[in-house]
Amino acid sequence: MGKISKYVILDLIRNRIVLSYLVVLLAISFSLFNLDSNPVKGILGLLNISLLIVPLVSIIFGTIYYYNSAEFIELLLTMPIKRKQIIISVYAGLAVALSVAVLLGMGIPILIYSPNATGLTLLIVSIALTWVFVSIAMLASVLTRDKAKGIGVVILLWLYFGLIYDGLLLLILFTFSDYPMEKSMVALSALNPIDLGRIYILLQLDISAIMGYTGAIYRDFLGSSIGMVFAFAMLFVWIIIPLLLCIRRFNRKDI
Amino acid sequence: MILDKTSIYSQGIRHIVLSLVLFFVSSQSLFSRVLRVEKNKGETISTAIARAESGDTLIIPSGNYAEPTIVVDKSLYIKGENFPVLDGQDKNEILETKANYVTITGLKFINAGRSDINDMAAIKIFNGHHVEIRSNIIEHAYFSIYLQGCTNCFIYNNFIHGVKASEMMSGNGIHCWHSDSLRIFQNNISSQRDGIYFEFVTNSLILGNFSHNNERYGLHFMFSNSDTYTSNIFQENGAGVAVMYTKNLTMLYNKFLLNWGDAAYGLLLKDISDSKIEGNTFQENTEAVHIEGSTRMEFRNNLFLSNGWAAQVQASCMDIVVTHNCFVGNSFDISTNGDLVLTKFDGNYWDKYEGYDLDRNGIGDVPYRPVGLYSVIIQKIPSALMLFRSPMTNLLDKAEKVIPGMTPVDLIDNRPLMKSMSSRYD
Amino acid sequence: MIEVENLTKKFGKLVALNNVSLSLKNGQSISLIGPNGSGKTTFIKSLLGLVVADKGTIVFDGTNIVGNSDYRSKIGYMPQIGRFPENIRIEQLFDMIRDIRKSHGLKEDHELIETYGLDKMKDKTMRTLSGGTRQKVSACLAFLFNPPVIILDEPTAGLDPLSAEQLKEKILAEKNKGKLILITSHILSDLDEITSEVIYMQDGDLLFHKSIDELRNDTGEEKLARAIASVMKKNAALVN
Repeated sequence: MGKISKYVILDLIRNRIVLSYLVVLLAISFSLFNLDSNPVKGILGLLNISLLIVPLVSIIFGTIYYYNSAEFIELLLTMPIKRKQIIISVYAGLAVALSVAVLLGMGIPILIYSPNATGLTLLIVSIALTWVFVSIAMLASVLTRDKAKGIGVVILLWLYFGLIYDGLLLLILFTFSDYPMEKSMVALSALNPIDLGRIYILLQLDISAIMGYTGAIYRDFLGSSIGMVFAFAMLFVWIIIPLLLCIRRFNRKDI
Repeated sequence: MILDKTSIYSQGIRHIVLSLVLFFVSSQSLFSRVLRVEKNKGETISTAIARAESGDTLIIPSGNYAEPTIVVDKSLYIKGENFPVLDGQDKNEILETKANYVTITGLKFINAGRSDINDMAAIKIFNGHHVEIRSNIIEHAYFSIYLQGCTNCFIYNNFIHGVKASEMMSGNGIHCWHSDSLRIFQNNISSQRDGIYFEFVTNSLILGNFSHNNERYGLHFMFSNSDTYTSNIFQENGAGVAVMYTKNLTMLYNKFLLNWGDAAYGLLLKDISDSKIEGNTFQENTEAVHIEGSTRMEFRNNLFLSNGWAAQVQASCMDIVVTHNCFVGNSFDISTNGDLVLTKFDGNYWDKYEGYDLDRNGIGDVPYRPVGLYSVIIQKIPSALMLFRSPMTNLLDKAEKVIPGMTPVDLIDNRPLMKSMSSRYD
Repeated sequence: MIEVENLTKKFGKLVALNNVSLSLKNGQSISLIGPNGSGKTTFIKSLLGLVVADKGTIVFDGTNIVGNSDYRSKIGYMPQIGRFPENIRIEQLFDMIRDIRKSHGLKEDHELIETYGLDKMKDKTMRTLSGGTRQKVSACLAFLFNPPVIILDEPTAGLDPLSAEQLKEKILAEKNKGKLILITSHILSDLDEITSEVIYMQDGDLLFHKSIDELRNDTGEEKLARAIASVMKKNAALVN
């Protein structure tokens, strides 16, 4: 399957949208770091890019690319190759190409201005979110036949994961503020990949504050490497599950 | 205060005069002798002290000495050669001084006894003045150096490493009680309950100590007025430094580092008044400063870097001035439990400030509110910490800045600085 | 070569293929004809494994195609619309297909590539090509690997008359080499010279499968277009 991925990547590294994505990321990152002499502020600015822009671009571009490649994918399907391989290849190619854009677009400025654990974490989270949201994009595209409908669906999904979900959590917290909510909060956060990525970065930026939290669960969970491993494992699950569902659907789909 | 100082000086002068007199007297009449503990002839330190007279120098050759509590009841200069080891065998105190003008230097104290009933120590100083404990090593003691009713004592350059057991099983590194005019300089203290403990100690100076990895506090102050502590480093202690029920305290150029945990502070101030906190660095503490019940305090020129909370100011405080400090990279700058806070913030640098400076005078044109919405939310619902830095909560924070609804209106810095004057964090 | 039995496919209520059975052999050049929505495309897609039938079997060269992808190495397919990744070059596209078909080093058929002059523009990216040139690329891909079965979906649509003529010559030549060729087209005149068999479909039903000679005999028409028209008229009369 590396064969198809290779050509998808070859195609995408010359794609205008991917190139503009790279340039825009570079421009935003450099300006964020230059805006203030304190690199932590740059990182905080990049955090929003990582939690909102990266998922948005990944999910929308992933969807558009899939639909635009529909005829070509159809041609590939007439070749002696398993469907699974085709879909995984297209996914891997897309995810790698967008990750390269993130790696260069955010990585170079981070390397220059904030080459530390926090910067590295931010980069890892951005790349992980890229893989997650391309995976979700693939699933959404395979499930919806119509391009416009597909794009609509993924924008809604992005809104949900990026903003609405946390709003709902906050609402739940306020409503049940008299009850111990820690366990549920940990569990609920795992249901949103963006939250997982954010927590991963919180562990870097705000460990001092997290350690002050009175609840044992947060402290044990987030304060130890278990939290890190958990957050990362869950992000991985968020890559795999939509992709598996996508493969399952794609295998049975009439083209 | 002035009177006190004069008394220190006059005592100092008296000390010098006395020394000079002693020097002349001794050199002329050969009264002052240098004695050695005849270890190879089976002599113990205690018997050597018995044959010495006030003013003598007693040299302890290297080796192991395990004997019952050594009592120094004469003005002796006791000096170890290559750190002779005084072993308390886990059952008794090692050395007590009951005289004035005693110097203990170059010894290594190990395994002092521990007891739940009385506070056993490696070195205990009773009601002395001009006792000097200099350059000793003290390991595995319950209390390491214990001063009671002392004046003008000098504790300098000792290396103290306790047994880090539970709080109950561990005593304090340098424990001072009912004393005056002490100088505690440049000691390295770790694995005790409190690194340095002051209770009813006045007019004293704590300088350049490194108090780290202690079970409870790096420094613990109770009912101790008119003291100064400066240029110390307090690092990774259970709960940082606690200062309680004290007046006229001056805290300068100290570093409070990495005090992490639930109820862990860089500096806890409780019922303090008329005190100054200047030029200190607070870095990576869960709560850099926690103030309650305090009045007439001044925070100036401190650096708050990468703490969970830079300062928690309880509503029970009055007349606190926070000026020319630098707040950088803290998760939350200020948090409070009340609405009406009698704390005045003025001319600080806040890295979260997003205002502008049109007249280019270095001072932001719009005020800064150091208590963010999210800090209020977390105060009310601690579990909400999980949603910190979410784009959603950022949005709420921004909205709150435009139309304040939940954050205290009076808590405001009207002249936030555009640039930090401190380059210490770069 | 290809045996189809009781093939049925429904899309919701729409019956795209209704119990279609037929047998296609090497050396035949089959024209698949029928109005829009008659089930031609579904039939081709079924052969290619793009559509999974509800009922019935397709046996290709002795093996059932369900869950099998290897048989497709014996098929060259030219789709109705050829769209390729925009930023890869013609040469890269060919390489990619070679990679996928694991056919590096095998003898390739470059005749059509040379006829169309694609070898002279192999460094152009797909984005810069005209629709007609992309069709030519599609056609070349279908023949490139010497497959024993070639399926062409509306091959002449979008080609200029000369290129269409060259393609027909190529099809004829391949048929004469004993290959099985399946073509759908609306332009019946294009099919005249190259067809040996005609399959006519309507509303998912296979109406007839006859050799061209049989058809000519039945209808008395020489031209395929006229022959078909005559059949359709008869059908209409029957229905009425």
